[in-house]
Amino acid sequence: MKGKIVIDTSMCKGCQLCIGFCPKKNIFLSSQLNAKGYFPAQADTKKVCNGCGICALMCPEAAIEVYRDDEN
Amino acid sequence: MKKVYSRPKSLRNVSMHYCPGCGHSIIHRLIAELLDEMNLQDQAICVPPAGCAVLAYNYIDIDMVEAPHGRATAVATGVKRVRPDNLVFSYQGDGDLAAIGTAEALHAANRGEHITVIFVNNAVYGMTGGQMAPTSLIGQKTTTSPHGRTVANEGPPIRVCELMAQLGGPSYLERVSVSSPAGVRKTKAAIKKAFEYQIKKSGFSLVEILSPCPTNWKMDAMASCAWIDEVMAKEFPLGVIKEVQC
Repeated sequence: MKGKIVIDTSMCKGCQLCIGFCPKKNIFLSSQLNAKGYFPAQADTKKVCNGCGICALMCPEAAIEVYRDDEN
Repeated sequence: MKKVYSRPKSLRNVSMHYCPGCGHSIIHRLIAELLDEMNLQDQAICVPPAGCAVLAYNYIDIDMVEAPHGRATAVATGVKRVRPDNLVFSYQGDGDLAAIGTAEALHAANRGEHITVIFVNNAVYGMTGGQMAPTSLIGQKTTTSPHGRTVANEGPPIRVCELMAQLGGPSYLERVSVSSPAGVRKTKAAIKKAFEYQIKKSGFSLVEILSPCPTNWKMDAMASCAWIDEVMAKEFPLGVIKEVQC
């Protein structure tokens, strides 16, 4: 199953819970500061995302949207 | 691709003031998700505490009645008795519920009021700068216990669920944590069950949630979660503490 996540970087505070709990280690910290002054999380689009939603489950800011491919 | 998760409707689209990695934000989100799923947004009335979550009314899009410090369960009692058909829950931290509000919380529990209490236990006073709370662990260093809490000086931490389990009034008491994906799912299930107890008018329900406070624990968010699992959960065992069939 393939999926993808969309992170609202303006909401992210860079706590890194999504990075720590992502089973595929697909998320990393951006090198660009957001308006709040945090380095926000960013999805690595080159890697395969299962769309499991664990990142969104742990995200304190509810900043992650999860999409999943229905066909599989 | 199909969208399988997005921000719940009951959570206002504003940035919360909580520190990075704070458990309050996760718990707010879980409550908002449940209000959406159970279609309770129009009926729910929350009584937020004094403490970090004092501004919860800015985030969860439901009616709220702000209570003086510690009096949330007393205010929730009044709201529920006047409006018995609404879902009434208080949202309290350990300083609010287990210190200044112990009397109100225990007596509301003992009366078996048909209210739900969301009790966020992060073992420290968060908003005022990390002072020792009644739930701080033995040996835990805080700004008011710089050498660590001792039994001789401050006594052991208060286990609120076990304390309330001795009373006749409570119907459902469970302790959960938001320190892992499984824990977050269990927390949501526990809050849902507590709401269902109230809807069936089956008495007092309380969900104690072990929640990370990375700023005052002086750890990063992941280390805070590990500390809950490895240290805090030993002092505060997780699970259903009391359940009376409704």
